[in-house]
Amino acid sequence: MIPLGFVKFVVKRFIVLYLTVVIAIYATILVANMGGKVDEIVIGDIRMSIAQMVNQNPQYKGLSGEERAKLIDQLVELEIKRRGLDTPFMIRSLVYLKDALTLDLGRALVLRSDSGSMYVKNIILERLPNTVMLFTTVTVINFFLHLFIGLYLSRHYGSPLDKITVALAPTSVIPGWFYGIFLILIFYSWLHVLPPGGLVDVPPPENPVDYALSVMKHMILPMLSWIISGFFLGVYGNRTFFLIFSTEDYVEAAKAKGLPPRVIETRYILRPTLPPIVTSFALSLIGSWGGAIITETVFEWPGLGLVTFNAISSFDTPVIVGITVIYAYLLMFTVLILDIIYGWLDPRIKVQFR
Amino acid sequence: MSSRGFGGRVGSVLRELLTYKSGILGIILLGFLVALSIYTVTTIPVDKAIMMWRSGESMWLDNPRVAPPEWIQFFVGKNLPKTMVFDSRKIGLNVAKSSAPVVGTNMKKVRIEFTFDYQYDDFPSELNMFFTSNFTREQGAPIVKIIWVKPNGERIDLGEFTVTGEKYNLYFVTEPITRALVSYVRQQYGVDPSDAITNMMFLFGKFTRESLKTGKMEVEKGTYRAIIDATLFGQESDIDCKMVVYGTVYGIAGTDHLRRPLEIALLWGAPVALAFGLTASLVTTFVGLIIATISGYYGGILDNIIQRVTEIYMVLPFLPFLILISVFYGINIWTLLAVVIVLSIFGPGIKSTRALVMQIKEYPYVEAAKVYGASNTRIIFLYIIPKILPPVIPGLISAVPGYVFLEAALAFLGLGDPSLPTWGKVINDAFEQGALYKGYFYWVLEPSAFLVLTGLAFALLGFALDRIVNPRLREM
Repeated sequence: MIPLGFVKFVVKRFIVLYLTVVIAIYATILVANMGGKVDEIVIGDIRMSIAQMVNQNPQYKGLSGEERAKLIDQLVELEIKRRGLDTPFMIRSLVYLKDALTLDLGRALVLRSDSGSMYVKNIILERLPNTVMLFTTVTVINFFLHLFIGLYLSRHYGSPLDKITVALAPTSVIPGWFYGIFLILIFYSWLHVLPPGGLVDVPPPENPVDYALSVMKHMILPMLSWIISGFFLGVYGNRTFFLIFSTEDYVEAAKAKGLPPRVIETRYILRPTLPPIVTSFALSLIGSWGGAIITETVFEWPGLGLVTFNAISSFDTPVIVGITVIYAYLLMFTVLILDIIYGWLDPRIKVQFR
Repeated sequence: MSSRGFGGRVGSVLRELLTYKSGILGIILLGFLVALSIYTVTTIPVDKAIMMWRSGESMWLDNPRVAPPEWIQFFVGKNLPKTMVFDSRKIGLNVAKSSAPVVGTNMKKVRIEFTFDYQYDDFPSELNMFFTSNFTREQGAPIVKIIWVKPNGERIDLGEFTVTGEKYNLYFVTEPITRALVSYVRQQYGVDPSDAITNMMFLFGKFTRESLKTGKMEVEKGTYRAIIDATLFGQESDIDCKMVVYGTVYGIAGTDHLRRPLEIALLWGAPVALAFGLTASLVTTFVGLIIATISGYYGGILDNIIQRVTEIYMVLPFLPFLILISVFYGINIWTLLAVVIVLSIFGPGIKSTRALVMQIKEYPYVEAAKVYGASNTRIIFLYIIPKILPPVIPGLISAVPGYVFLEAALAFLGLGDPSLPTWGKVINDAFEQGALYKGYFYWVLEPSAFLVLTGLAFALLGFALDRIVNPRLREM
């Protein structure tokens, strides 16, 4: 039986979070349209393409220059009206907001999906799996590496291995994409064993098994760059975290009772520390999908990051807004789910709403 | 907390910092970078650096293209050629110039001779001659005839060229020179030379029938002579020549694809990175601190607004926003800095600092201050902020590399300041020119090394400070 207070808590959180998303998306729309300047670019494009069409059309060859200019103006007016560009930007921005929130992402201005579609939805759906595949894998690998090695080191703290990890923790300030450059240098330019970037070999292998193998080969370097970059700091963070928890009184009491170390580890250290660890895992997972722009550009990995960069470079506002919307919703639901789990687990919140 | 107490505390923290190896290393690295920045800023003024970096190839015509630094030869184990410049306007041991009128005509013969010893283990990368002459169109352009004399006495006629302008550049990669060299080899050795032989190999190589056929040629060491015989029309006309034998190495940092010495960018990268990273980190930390304190201290609606804004900031995609703004407005590095600061002020740090403030504001001494009528501003800035400052400092220092690498990342994507030379820009240039695929590793590695040094300096300091400020970490 779910207590009413808890439902209220969830609903309230949902409303607050949704409002946050609305404001964030509206801010994105304003920035991505440069406060309406992108429309001027669009209108300029319309004018140019219509002028070209009229000038090349043999049907209008007989018209004088003046008449032709008039015709172009009329056609441009019509097209502007048809696209709704004649209403003030402030009103249109609200329409854009409604479209974005209802996931009606519209059409891209410049970019196309590989299959030729110009719908933002298709472009995103085509690229999202690539990003999710690469960065989910690497975040999961990182999570378990940091967790288990951190746990191991917290048990053997003061050992040479522990000292080395602590000493090397500062190397993690160097971001993944930067390690990526060196990895390309070593494994592609120097040793010639791994591809420098891309998703699959060119041309892509026909056989699905070969295709998968080729993709995996292309994943090694980007993944390695993220693993190396996060390794020492991640392990150090977990180790210190566990160390702090392992000096709590109840752990000491358990030790005094003579419980075996493995039981202490799983029951008295891992279990109470798991919620914050899982939170940071969930958030880093979402963060990895959004923050991959540079890594994907370095490795030319055709994911959302690369598409974001291309969209920005070609002023493709609908694509930028679309990606932000997806990202904001993802983040919102993650935070909401975490809130619900916490509210459910945390006795303080439970009591508050009972 | 009195100012002396604060100063004393800084002193004791610094002393404690020296007990950590990472702290010492961090201070040394940072000291090096600061010294380098001061040296750079005082010796090369900004506008001069920008001018040197932006002026393009014409300014650096005497430098080899994409040449690694000179010290690379210690690793290669070969004596690699350095650039040699000879100029007929500066007569010396290697340069001779003579001129004589041709009797009975208005013609004049000028002979320029460059003599030099070539003892390097590798071929030069290029050879160019830059002619300057004054002549009138009516009388006609000068004609130069070039003869190349190799150490063993072979004389190769490189042909005749008309000096078509007051400035005339002759690049020794061009077709007429190749033709002259190939026909010389055909006549003297009776072989068709391999296509792998470049003009530089023809000029500086040891000719045997074998080496000409296979294209595997050694350098012929010894004294070379380049003889330029010019015929001029008009008694007043004159001609001068600068010959540059381009090396394959240059200076302490090498050159890029526009022949620019990389050390300009490497040196200037240091103050830019330090200023950018430190300013961004300092401003965001302090403004964030003040916002969090206000939020925690006043509570109520103000707190609510600040907390909601922070949450909105967490949803905003930081990097796309930053890229958007820099693409749309094509901004310089200081506007970029401002945008970075605005986008990171409401960071996640606000939540933890606020929690800390909520504890502190219940402390007796804050209560006491309220009772004797201290203003809220006074309480915030004199009683609360100094108290929460120490735990924030390590984070401030550790955040610097993030901003330094952020600038580098934007420059790498081609979105940095277009005028200022920075480390990220050098890496971007290198990438665009395919440095990784063509083996110009020095070009990527040098700015990278500086970036890594800067990152490590601050990270090491931040880690050591963290342990000093958070004693609980110390025994771990």
